Amino acid sequence: MQRVKPIANRVILQSLSFVFFFGVWELAGRWPISLAFPPFSETFLALLRMVGDGSLLKAYVSTLQPLIIGIVFCGFAGIGFGIAMGLSRSIEWLSLPVFIILQAAPMAAMIPLITYMYGIGLTAKVLAVVVLAAPVIVMNSYKGIRNTNPSLIQMCRAFLGTRRQEVIKIILPHAAGLIFAGLRLGLAMGFIGIVIAELMITPTGIGDLITYHSSVAGYAEMFAAISSIVVVAALTIQALQWLERKLFPPEIREP
Amino acid sequence: MLVEPIVEMRNVAKTYDSGVEALREITLALPRGELSTFLGPSGCGKTTLLKIIAGLISPSDGEVWVKGNKVSGPGPERAFVFQDFALLPWASVLRNVAFGLELRGVPKDKREEIARKYITEVGLSSFESRYPHQLSGGMKQRVGLARALAIDADIVLMDEPFSSVDEQTRRKFQEELLDLLKINQKTVIFVTHSIEEAAYLSDQIVLLSQRPGSVSRIIRPNIERGASADEIRRDKGYLDAVDEIWKILRDYV
Repeated sequence: MQRVKPIANRVILQSLSFVFFFGVWELAGRWPISLAFPPFSETFLALLRMVGDGSLLKAYVSTLQPLIIGIVFCGFAGIGFGIAMGLSRSIEWLSLPVFIILQAAPMAAMIPLITYMYGIGLTAKVLAVVVLAAPVIVMNSYKGIRNTNPSLIQMCRAFLGTRRQEVIKIILPHAAGLIFAGLRLGLAMGFIGIVIAELMITPTGIGDLITYHSSVAGYAEMFAAISSIVVVAALTIQALQWLERKLFPPEIREP
Repeated sequence: MLVEPIVEMRNVAKTYDSGVEALREITLALPRGELSTFLGPSGCGKTTLLKIIAGLISPSDGEVWVKGNKVSGPGPERAFVFQDFALLPWASVLRNVAFGLELRGVPKDKREEIARKYITEVGLSSFESRYPHQLSGGMKQRVGLARALAIDADIVLMDEPFSSVDEQTRRKFQEELLDLLKINQKTVIFVTHSIEEAAYLSDQIVLLSQRPGSVSRIIRPNIERGASADEIRRDKGYLDAVDEIWKILRDYV
């Protein structure tokens, strides 16, 4: 019985945090300062309207397309490259400085440049996702490989493991958790990339909904679109985090 | 030498790339079927010496011969037990014990059958499907020992295997180790910094000097091995050996 109470408390407090947030939003929206700031209730109704007329669904289909292409590309090329960096000193020395800079740099600043180079089509948007997501995916894979417990590698050699076995049976399983975490962080960056691309490159999908409704003073719809992408991104990342804990519980990561 | 040597070292020296000289002029023969211990002050290079025999570190000078062959890397006649256990955290006890055989390409059924036998020998039969994080330090080292025994090497190299194990477990484990080695007829090379452990376990104790480590003395404790553990710990030969070692080591501390 001791354990039930804190969990019940947690659920209550977490729900209260939402109630508080939406409550403050509702009050702030009703404060007669700016017409461009709708209260929560109006935004929520606008959201329901947009779900009802199918415009939200249509927007997401077009927004998610470059996002998924970009993340899948990073999933293969980025993880592959990160693993290669971790396994080979020459590849590491060649590319590590670039990725350290890329990870520290505000990559969103690159997006106008992408428009100049690749125009306003799907390629440019996929590239916007890749530019933001790739550094963290590559770096996490690289660190996962490089942080393999040296004692386990020595053990593998002592028991006559080949280099191939060392990579497949020790290094990759050891790195899997960090690589997956990199994919999750990459997806979070990808959401940022795609929204910026749709706002700055060409208005399509969710970016179009935001731009369009703000231009026709449909502020409730605009806020609904913004809120929806926040919720979608947050839920997706949370789901991945949950999956990560299931697949790679912390206790099996380190000896 | 009473028995033919299984491991011979000739003028082995090791200087690391950093310039640290770990070992100097080690010439040594370790007899087959016996338990030899490397004992010395911390930093004397005893683990380095063990890893050179294992083929995990190459000496900067000199040669190591195992069973008449010059060592150039790890070999099937040598098994290693690690100080930090080196168990795969994502693998069950069964897979960890069978891992040496897995690396050698032994089919799953066969290697698990062998692994089960050694898991039982080290007293972990009900823990086959547990994971390392669910085991105590002593149990983890039993897994490490079973893994080393499972590949059926002639020589078992043990790098301070009990240093991360609490005192009570350590004593029990030492007694069991002697029994296990008797049954399996292994040659054991053991690194420790515990004088009592060395005197209790060893047929031959190699005392190493401070860094750069060199052989300072070889002691063969005169202990009647048939006796029980408690009798050995009161045995005159055992107590004399402990005294003699301490007299030499105290100058290094």
